[in-house]
Amino acid sequence: MSESVDTGSPPGQKESGLRYKERFPLLALIVERLLLSAALLLAVSVLIFGGVEALPGDFAETYLGQSATPQAVANIRSDLGLDRPVVTRYFEWLGNAVQGDFGTSWASRNSVSEQIGKRLGNSLFLAFCAAIISVPLAVGLGMLAVHFRNRIPDKIINVVSLAAISLPEFFIGYLLILFFAVKFGVATFPATVYDSMTFVERLKAVALPVATLVLVVLAHMMRMTRAAILSVMSSAYMETAELKGLGAFRSIVRHAAPNALAPIINVVALNLAYLVVGVVVVEVVFVYPGMGQYMVDAVTVRDMPVVQACGLIFAAVYILLNMLADILAIIANPRLRHPR
Amino acid sequence: MSNYTKYLASHVTSGGMSRREFMGRAMAAGLTLTAASQLFTESAEAQEPKRGGHLKLGLEGGAATDSKDPAKFLSQFMFVVGRCWGDMLVESDPLTGKPVPALAESWEPSADAATWTFNIRKGVQFHDGKELTIDDVVATLKRHTDEKSESGALGVMKSIKEIKADGGKLVLTLSEGNADMPLLLSDYHLVIQPNGGVDDPGASIGTGPYKMASFEPGVRATFEKNPDDWRSDRGYVDSIEIIGMNDATARIAALSSGQVHYINRVGPKTVDLLKRAPNVEIFNTSGRGHYVFIMHCNTAPFDNNDLRLALKYAMDRETMVQRILGGYGKVGNDFPINETYALFPEGIEQRSYDPDKAAFHYKKSGHDDSVLLRTSEVAFPGAVDAAVLYQESCKKAGINIEVKREPGDGYWSNVWNAQPFCTSYWGGRPTQDQMYSTAYLSTADWNDTRFKRPDFDKLLYEARSELDEAKRKDMYREMAMMVRDEGGLILPMFNDFVNAASKNVKGYVHDIGNDMSNGYVATRVWLES
Repeated sequence: MSESVDTGSPPGQKESGLRYKERFPLLALIVERLLLSAALLLAVSVLIFGGVEALPGDFAETYLGQSATPQAVANIRSDLGLDRPVVTRYFEWLGNAVQGDFGTSWASRNSVSEQIGKRLGNSLFLAFCAAIISVPLAVGLGMLAVHFRNRIPDKIINVVSLAAISLPEFFIGYLLILFFAVKFGVATFPATVYDSMTFVERLKAVALPVATLVLVVLAHMMRMTRAAILSVMSSAYMETAELKGLGAFRSIVRHAAPNALAPIINVVALNLAYLVVGVVVVEVVFVYPGMGQYMVDAVTVRDMPVVQACGLIFAAVYILLNMLADILAIIANPRLRHPR
Repeated sequence: MSNYTKYLASHVTSGGMSRREFMGRAMAAGLTLTAASQLFTESAEAQEPKRGGHLKLGLEGGAATDSKDPAKFLSQFMFVVGRCWGDMLVESDPLTGKPVPALAESWEPSADAATWTFNIRKGVQFHDGKELTIDDVVATLKRHTDEKSESGALGVMKSIKEIKADGGKLVLTLSEGNADMPLLLSDYHLVIQPNGGVDDPGASIGTGPYKMASFEPGVRATFEKNPDDWRSDRGYVDSIEIIGMNDATARIAALSSGQVHYINRVGPKTVDLLKRAPNVEIFNTSGRGHYVFIMHCNTAPFDNNDLRLALKYAMDRETMVQRILGGYGKVGNDFPINETYALFPEGIEQRSYDPDKAAFHYKKSGHDDSVLLRTSEVAFPGAVDAAVLYQESCKKAGINIEVKREPGDGYWSNVWNAQPFCTSYWGGRPTQDQMYSTAYLSTADWNDTRFKRPDFDKLLYEARSELDEAKRKDMYREMAMMVRDEGGLILPMFNDFVNAASKNVKGYVHDIGNDMSNGYVATRVWLES
């Protein structure tokens, strides 16, 4: 992640550029990253377009399925302009997308932006709830595990969180549904959310999917926290802290944790991205109307405008979160700002 | 009355048994036809419909891509949604499958069945307060017959040459006689909309028992009772909520935890587990959908009728129904019609698994190579297993089947209706004529068995315009025999529609027309407290 920060250049390079970069290393990094992101997004859109084109059967055929008549297929194709060359269609789409117009869904003829607005909001809400619980919990448990390393609490934390990550997420979902919705009847199921819901109702509805997601992402972040802090703990300055009489927990919080931040931030960012873009299965199991479900529906009928928009948003979320992780890592570790 | 018939009667009272089912069992128990019929009526009347309550359905089939335009209804989800807010001109009788009046009060054919006159019901209001007029009806039918239309009903509307209003009556002129015309108008796409829905096809304004309150494609649709409904024998609950649930386990969990009252598509593997839940009742209804193995009659080696017969006799139908459908289905007889169709030809001998006959015809055909069968899980649920089962039952007759698994993507465009032998699925059609015209007429696009017989075509056209029912039934028998004995269709099973509801859902009608009480489930049931 931090390689690109390394702006070290051979002597003799243009002085002004170098000085600019040296003076505002963060700003330069952000600008550089944004430009790269734009290029990356463009590449993603080409890939998605090509990928969907390469699938057997076009929209008209797959949408109508077995009930396709040549007449109906031809009607849909001419209606949507699918009879024109691929390149023309791609650039037309691109031209509109650059202006912020993602077009209308081929299947439902609804505005894609409007639909995505709703769905993305739902997905982000779910991810946010899961993150706000799982991140502090994971970091806290990681520190606790370090404090009690190789003793009973550490082992319990490890076994439980590893067990949770080893089970497939849909299975965890089903277990939670079985016990909390069917047997005890305390949780709301299905987790379908809609506009007229109050905030409290909404929170209740997402309780089970959030619990599932927390269990799924917890172990990864917790283990990383534990490992990062442990590696710092074995360094000389930690020995000094211990020798000068600092309490164990205090030395972890004050000295070890800040130095272990960079890798933790990275793994947290990766998991946050997963929470937004990787929850298709959880959305299906809990009947939650999020982005993942929307994109899967669209891919099955080759609804290109929707697939493109979803793909770009997912890619953007990944890129942004990774960039954020890098920036935070640099802020947390000044050494990265002044590369040698 | 014996305890058994009492038990049956109580089953009717609770809404769990159809008339057909009841009569069959009661008569088997020794009751006369009249006694059984009377008993059924009494038991059914004992169910006093209750009004009120909020009905929740969890349905498979919804997608974010669903369109609100009735012309483009495709999914099971939209099928039920459309039935809630809209009406067709004609409905089909749940027990006999014959046409019954809806927005059309009555109708009259000309002697050659090529011109039909429909009287449109008066005093019916759309949800927006406007009165239903003949112009709305004409505009609706015109929108669905337009060449450029993407309507799912385009196929059934093709034969209509002219649609016009004549002194407040609807007159349809067909390009040829068709005795089934009224029934074709019961197609669920043909919802009558104000001005035909030309201005706003997705407005969801109709004459149905419920007004749409909210709609999110593939997620949720809600309805409020239409207080001005023109019919009193439907629309018992106050409000309806339909939730899209594409995960089978989610549907079962939602039903058994009491979050929804009714779910569709219960899988054959889970139905027995669900049956054990204390508050759940399984509704299985015979359907017209059939799982098929299809051979091209004009492609070697299948152009040899002895080989086709050998492959038909080598099909172990009973095992298929048990293993692939979990017992929730009926064996097929190699023609695409079962007793759920009006004018079903009874008494045709059931073809059964007979390795000796299969071996005899196989030998006679002179073919001794292996036979390539293409299959994929998208053909029907369990299609790959079914192909392997078939391979086993063929082995006993000395026929070697080679099973080739094809990718699901593109199966319908590259394998089905293209390769000479594959597994497939057919949903039913509203009439026998439609079924045969769609897939067995020489010129049909979807003649997926390449069954090209001028004598069959001639019979089909004759039957179509024949208004005498007895004569027509005989013609359908003859056609069934042709397909059964000489066609390229191996039809091992018709699948039942398996749905489930909580026990307080009453008045469920087992409609032979289609799944989920022909889509009318939400407007026909009521909730017992």
